[in-house]
Amino acid sequence: MNQFAYHQQQMQAPMPMSYQHDGKSAETRNLKPGELSTGTTIMAIPFEGGVVLGADSRTSTGTYIANRVSDKLAQLHDHIWCCRSGSAADTQALTDYVRHYLSQLAIETGRAPTVKTAAHLMRRLCYENKDNLMAGVIIGGWDPVEKGSVYNIPLGGTCIKMPFAIGGSGSTYIYGLVDSMYSEGMTEEEAHTCVKKAISHAMARDGSSGGVIRTVVVKESGNAREYVPGNALPFGP
Amino acid sequence: MSEFTNNTVNSVKKPVEETPSGFSFDNIHRNAMIEQMSKQQAASGSNSSYLPQATKTGTTIVGLVYKDGVVLGADTRATGGTEVADKNCEKIHYLAPNIYCCGAGTAADTEKTTELISSQLDLLRMNTEGSQSRVVTACTMLKRMLFRYQGHVSAALVLGGVDVDGPHVYQIYPHGSTAKLSYTTMGSGSLAAMSVFESGYVDGMTEEEGIELVKRAILAGVFNDLGSGSNVDVCVIRNDGTTKMDRGAVQPNDVTPLRNAINRSDKLNMRSGTTAVLKSSFKPHSVGGVTLADVTVTDMET
Repeated sequence: MNQFAYHQQQMQAPMPMSYQHDGKSAETRNLKPGELSTGTTIMAIPFEGGVVLGADSRTSTGTYIANRVSDKLAQLHDHIWCCRSGSAADTQALTDYVRHYLSQLAIETGRAPTVKTAAHLMRRLCYENKDNLMAGVIIGGWDPVEKGSVYNIPLGGTCIKMPFAIGGSGSTYIYGLVDSMYSEGMTEEEAHTCVKKAISHAMARDGSSGGVIRTVVVKESGNAREYVPGNALPFGP
Repeated sequence: MSEFTNNTVNSVKKPVEETPSGFSFDNIHRNAMIEQMSKQQAASGSNSSYLPQATKTGTTIVGLVYKDGVVLGADTRATGGTEVADKNCEKIHYLAPNIYCCGAGTAADTEKTTELISSQLDLLRMNTEGSQSRVVTACTMLKRMLFRYQGHVSAALVLGGVDVDGPHVYQIYPHGSTAKLSYTTMGSGSLAAMSVFESGYVDGMTEEEGIELVKRAILAGVFNDLGSGSNVDVCVIRNDGTTKMDRGAVQPNDVTPLRNAINRSDKLNMRSGTTAVLKSSFKPHSVGGVTLADVTVTDMET
């Protein structure tokens, strides 16, 4: 008898009121009671020779902010990063697995893994365990084959290469904004500004996004981490 | 081989069955069923057959990093439902000589989880020529275990310690997510304690300042959260490897002076000899079971 069988039974049982109708987004509603959620805004935009990834820093349990300075950008390999959204525990476990497998692969093949490999490794874990997971991740990075690239892996476990990707509960507020700001062949500066601006606007409208903005610029030459404090957000026209 | 043979009982020793280690979820369906049935019974009006409640440590636990180490703090109340089950329980658990861990949630789960990881760390140190345990290692072992049990092991932890990389504080949630922070609070009193930390924490505090802030944070939980209460325990782990465990650092709820203030009149206490002795008798105590006299001692084989 395993714990998964219990899960299904729990799901069928009537859920407690507080957790059935608290007006949460579809993403947070599927969490178990008391589970931490990265009710989030995350995004990634590739540019010529690299990629910018960004995220807010809020982690919440219901209405309480469990961590206001969390880091939702996880490094999977030298030039591969990932933005996490959904259950904090699930996405941390997933990134730990992918990081482990990628480091093994790098040793076995003697060369750095591609972003595509990392994304499909993550997709496999997300798809094959979809019944037990709540994870929406964006993988971005640099490799010699595709240069800067971005892969989106939403809840069901599909994997799509995208010209840019946004995710998390806050992303719904900024689809229009990002569509209007994005153009093909952005420079590093433009992409970085775009990420910070879009996340600022999502944080302003989404209750479960907030805190500071954390970004990373991934290039062949290395990774540059940066953060924008909560009182200096590029919000407004 | 030496052995004591019992003349009266001729028992055959059964072979010990190998049981798998770790937590068992074998009774989960049974428990879910009992729970559902007792809920239905409660809904239909009859007050019988409620499930026994696990002892939860409705708790305030905190941890912070200061200039030369970490300070951990906890209250000492354990509750079972609305009742105070223990007025002076220990919530700061030992993990390694340089690592301690505060636990909130189900008392049994926090206790056994920290015990298990403590043993694993001990074995790991033996396998690595006695090198000092790292706080990240403890954190990873805890999170892996809690994630495996999908939140059913309800242990919310504040992990603190020092190692070669300096002082560290981690928060660990029952579902297995972790975060590295310079100050953190957990448990039902975490909101009260966090408000104290958010207004009082500064980088590079001294040990005295750190301890004082931790005491104030726990007291905020003790006074403002029903699930927390009694005393404040404080544990300091310094960069030089020394630790200081202060059980009952603050005792705002000491009832001894109150008890002493109650005057008990001599008139209420019966002096010996107040009532007459009518009869007294003595009966020697006899052991019903087996004594050494009933046992045949066989010589030891060498």
